[in-house]
Amino acid sequence: MLELKNISFSVEADGQKKDIIKNLDMKADDGKFIAITGPNGSGKSTLAKLIMGIEKPSSGRIIFDGEDITDLDITERARKGISFAFQQPIKFKGIRVKDLLRIAAGKRLSTSEACSYLSEVGLCARDYVEREINSSLSGGELKRIEIATLLARQTKLSLFDEPEAGIDLWSFQNLIRIFEKMRNEIKDSTIIIISHQERILRIADEVLLLSDGRITEKGKADEIMNVLGGIDCEPGSLCSKLQ
Amino acid sequence: MVKLDEIQKRLIEEIADLHNVPDGAYNFRANGELAGRNTTANIDIVSKTDKSGIDIHIKPGTKKESVHIPVVISETGLKETVYNDFYVGKDSDVVIVAGCGIDNCGVQDSEHDGVHRFFIEEGAKVRYVEKHYGSGDGKGQRILNPVTEVYMEENSSMEMEMEQIKGVDSTERITKAELKAGCRLVVKERLMTHGSQHAVSTYDVNLNGDDSSADVVSRSVARDESKQVFNARITGNSKCSGHTECDSIIMDHGTILAIPSLDAKNVDAMLVHEAAIGKIAGDQIMKLMTLGLDEKEAEEQIISGFLR
Repeated sequence: MLELKNISFSVEADGQKKDIIKNLDMKADDGKFIAITGPNGSGKSTLAKLIMGIEKPSSGRIIFDGEDITDLDITERARKGISFAFQQPIKFKGIRVKDLLRIAAGKRLSTSEACSYLSEVGLCARDYVEREINSSLSGGELKRIEIATLLARQTKLSLFDEPEAGIDLWSFQNLIRIFEKMRNEIKDSTIIIISHQERILRIADEVLLLSDGRITEKGKADEIMNVLGGIDCEPGSLCSKLQ
Repeated sequence: MVKLDEIQKRLIEEIADLHNVPDGAYNFRANGELAGRNTTANIDIVSKTDKSGIDIHIKPGTKKESVHIPVVISETGLKETVYNDFYVGKDSDVVIVAGCGIDNCGVQDSEHDGVHRFFIEEGAKVRYVEKHYGSGDGKGQRILNPVTEVYMEENSSMEMEMEQIKGVDSTERITKAELKAGCRLVVKERLMTHGSQHAVSTYDVNLNGDDSSADVVSRSVARDESKQVFNARITGNSKCSGHTECDSIIMDHGTILAIPSLDAKNVDAMLVHEAAIGKIAGDQIMKLMTLGLDEKEAEEQIISGFLR
């Protein structure tokens, strides 16, 4: 279980203090699939980075499985069982898909094991295991490989930051299928997805609406969509449809 | 029969990935002396009589054969210059594996200067792999200064993989190539320096015949206080295409000077150079940390991928 207690995060910009996350409390129980949505700039990505340890909160505590992890660094949190799929996957020179999957799994992987993770995300595995994770891969391919690394890690808590961003329609159908499958297979683990996409929100047990650094609503997708009118949001996302 | 001690066997493994005596032709040189040789029906190896070194003759049409010529030095204070000439017959297709390993536990410098010349006949294909490796904790320096000259007849091709990842204190590498019409040269260099090592790599590639091409790509890492100079020059004397690329990572107080240069002497020459030097991107390290590696492990993974 993950618990955020009274978390605040602020940055200095042009000599001014700007609050990104404001006294936020949140709980994610084991076996739950939670979606966080909200307008651009509401602090969604920052929240995910605070959980992974990429950013440190200005105040408040983060509790994971009963342990205070607020002062642990990224590596320590990863080893405790938290994983994070970046909104924009990182590219490397020379590191191959199978290398990244091996690092993620934390053990030697046979080619067929590596391939099974790629098949899960709808990539024709044999064509990809030897590929370098560089600009020769499309945005959609990189995103799916990013998700495959989380499948290989099999951690207690998986964080996805806008997994749908930058992928084409065909990939999107696949993405929904992957998350539906994860939803059905989820047991003691927890999944937190930051998303604008209605179809992803509909899979979730609970949707949290983040607005101006605070969780302002929580509930089922339908309930949240009812209160979404009037919030600034990007074209094509679910809240813009409701406006 | 090849008789090598344990240190020499370890060096051979490092430089040639050999655990045993290889199939095909070979010439082992250990501490300045011949330690074993094998020739085949198509590949002959003859010692030079006027100076130290060998002539390797590959018959025309020889296909899918290999030549291994590893050199190991485990004696401190040994300095040698060796001249090896490769005569690669018309339309042959061969793999040549060279390499030098030095283990210097003493106080005197050990040095191996290898001068390799390749005479590649029409239509022949050569893949050349060269690895350099140094070990030993003595104060004596481990020095390797390879000179490689490649003379290519029409429509021949040469792929060179050159790797020096560890333990060589000082190296000055010079590679020259002359290409006739339709020839193709591909060079893949991998270099890592650490401590106070110094490495200079100079290329001088001349594209003399129409439709010749060259691709010289170097990836290097300079750590600690080490210094590197990469100086690649491609001259286009014909309707040709040439590309040189130097991609480097600097760490700690390492320094790298990249001097790619292009000399177009024909209006149909198409030449490109690229050079990039920088430290490891912070977000790459962060990504690997989210997969459970610590910062140092993440760096090692990034470097080993980069130099692969």
